[in-house]
Amino acid sequence: MPETTYLEAIREAMIEEMRRDPRVFLIGEDVGVYGGAFKTSAGMIEEFGAERVIDTPISEVAIVGAASGAALMGMRPIAEMQFIDFITVAYDMLVNFAATSRYRVGSPCPIVIRGPAGGGTHGGPFHSLNPEAMFMNRPGLKIVAPGTAYDAKGLLKAAIRDDDPVLFIEHKYLYRRIKEELPAEDYIVPIGKANIRRSGSDLTIITWGSMIYVADDAAAELAKDGVSVEVIDLRSIIPFDEEAILNSVAKTNRVIILHEAPLTGGAGAEFAARIAEKAFDYLDAPIKRVAALDVPTPYSPPLEAFYLPNRDKVLAAARELLAY
Amino acid sequence: MTSPPPLETHGLSRENLLEIDYFLRLTRTLEERIVALFRQAKVIGGLYRSLGQEGESVAAAYALDYALGDVVQPLIRNMGSILVAGARPSDIIKQYMAKGDSPTRGRELNIHFGHPERDGFIGQISMLGDMIPVMAGIVLAGRMQKRNLVGLAFIGDGASSTGAFYEGMNFATVQKLPLVVVLENNGYAYSTPTVKQSALKSLADKAHAFGCASETVDGNDVLATYAAANRAVERGRAGEGVTLIEVKTFRMKGHAEHDNQSYVPPELIEEWSAKDPVVRFEQTLIEAGMASAADFESIQSRARRDVDAATDEAERSPMPRPEEAALGLYAGDGYWEEQR
Repeated sequence: MPETTYLEAIREAMIEEMRRDPRVFLIGEDVGVYGGAFKTSAGMIEEFGAERVIDTPISEVAIVGAASGAALMGMRPIAEMQFIDFITVAYDMLVNFAATSRYRVGSPCPIVIRGPAGGGTHGGPFHSLNPEAMFMNRPGLKIVAPGTAYDAKGLLKAAIRDDDPVLFIEHKYLYRRIKEELPAEDYIVPIGKANIRRSGSDLTIITWGSMIYVADDAAAELAKDGVSVEVIDLRSIIPFDEEAILNSVAKTNRVIILHEAPLTGGAGAEFAARIAEKAFDYLDAPIKRVAALDVPTPYSPPLEAFYLPNRDKVLAAARELLAY
Repeated sequence: MTSPPPLETHGLSRENLLEIDYFLRLTRTLEERIVALFRQAKVIGGLYRSLGQEGESVAAAYALDYALGDVVQPLIRNMGSILVAGARPSDIIKQYMAKGDSPTRGRELNIHFGHPERDGFIGQISMLGDMIPVMAGIVLAGRMQKRNLVGLAFIGDGASSTGAFYEGMNFATVQKLPLVVVLENNGYAYSTPTVKQSALKSLADKAHAFGCASETVDGNDVLATYAAANRAVERGRAGEGVTLIEVKTFRMKGHAEHDNQSYVPPELIEEWSAKDPVVRFEQTLIEAGMASAADFESIQSRARRDVDAATDEAERSPMPRPEEAALGLYAGDGYWEEQR
């Protein structure tokens, strides 16, 4: 079996869903003739035509707004943000219109908003966002952030088939760096279900997106010292798999929450609070968070490397917890 | 005796004209009733009057064909437009009273309700301008579904200052979508006069930024507004794209019931009172010999009866159960599928 990249997995998911369901279409900047800034939609306009692969003006509000309007009419739009950072321009439309539509007036608004997120690619302050936390406190959205090609394809299909709006955060550092053999047959990865990437008994690392590989590296290093680390790839941020988190903490009694977004007010704060509320008695040490610095993402490689979480930061946190 | 010159009715029959008058009277009577309920503290939230703007609201919405799937999107002062589309007065009163069997089951206020396919209208959200992109998406979907439907969106002079308005208009025009945008120049956005919203002499000139068709019409002239909207709807239906219609009108009340509009020069109110769209429309029909004062009296009685019945129904309705607040956010809990 040939291997499929993370980016190709996203493309395949869109193509297969558009073949399966005539209600699905793609709308965004440069997604058509050019095939997307990262070539995520290469060849799609040739297969589906300009009516279903819609090139728009530089207008994120119009993209998310038009997708929302079409969704109310029974369509299943996929709206691409050229970089996920630009969703901040359409934040209003997404959180006030799309996310609230079902709750406010009983009108389902099943859109998928997807786009390249994350740092490590020297994109600088405006092309490196990890947006999950800024949407977590706005009920009505689902938020997923796959870290593998398998999950990227399966979660995107699940998102497109979902009856509610889904923010699909794809990590652009992984686009061409990750390759996996994928099943030939149709599959989905259910939204809200974590994946236990590595089973362990001494320490849990809860993470998602590209940080799963940082967690893997740290776990491998700790294994050399005889420390057994459990790595949980959350995959879905909203709704999140509370059961998987609590079960793991009950087993290992020590937990690190690792995410690429800045620390303060990050998604990790919510997971930490949930653990403190529901699994306090199982903890043998404080809950640790490893995250980016509380600054915008800097451009220059040494600055960005210092800013981002990495294996050594995780190891330092782990050793502190193990010695507690 | 010479008979009066024939009235240009733009294809509207006498029956149509009297139906328009019914919607005008219904709008005004219903609003007056909601004011009374507001004063009795039975309206929970704010109350936003459309006095003076009923003419353009009803006339523009009357140009759509709801049987074809056309969709109208009102702003807060276009209650008349959704009555034309088929909204029930009892539902509107229940919305104001935050009742549990209102269309939104107490989650939303006033005329923030409606589903484009089911109802032929869709309520706005309060981030003004946002509905233009949403309406573009609604008619885009209509085109993808090979339905020849047209959308008509109202927007205020104030809301036409937003980025969302520009993005939506531009996208819709580029895509040649069947969208009619009625830009109500009613003098004020809350307390801010139009001259502080835009340096343009005519807001219809905003169309030049997009390349869409445009015209300006007297919004207190029901027949002229209908004619302009009808031309725009026909253009949209024929695949000729977007039309921006500036309607010149005046907001006769404050932004909301609490606002005494002290910032509006009294002579302006006086000037526009003389141009009341309902009185003017009826006078025109009488002068043309197409209707009599008795016709309008009977229409007014019917409107009052309908509003009385709607009020009774709404007053009898229950408030929502508190614990419902936790339901209906996502699919799967069956909340919205449960019939009321």
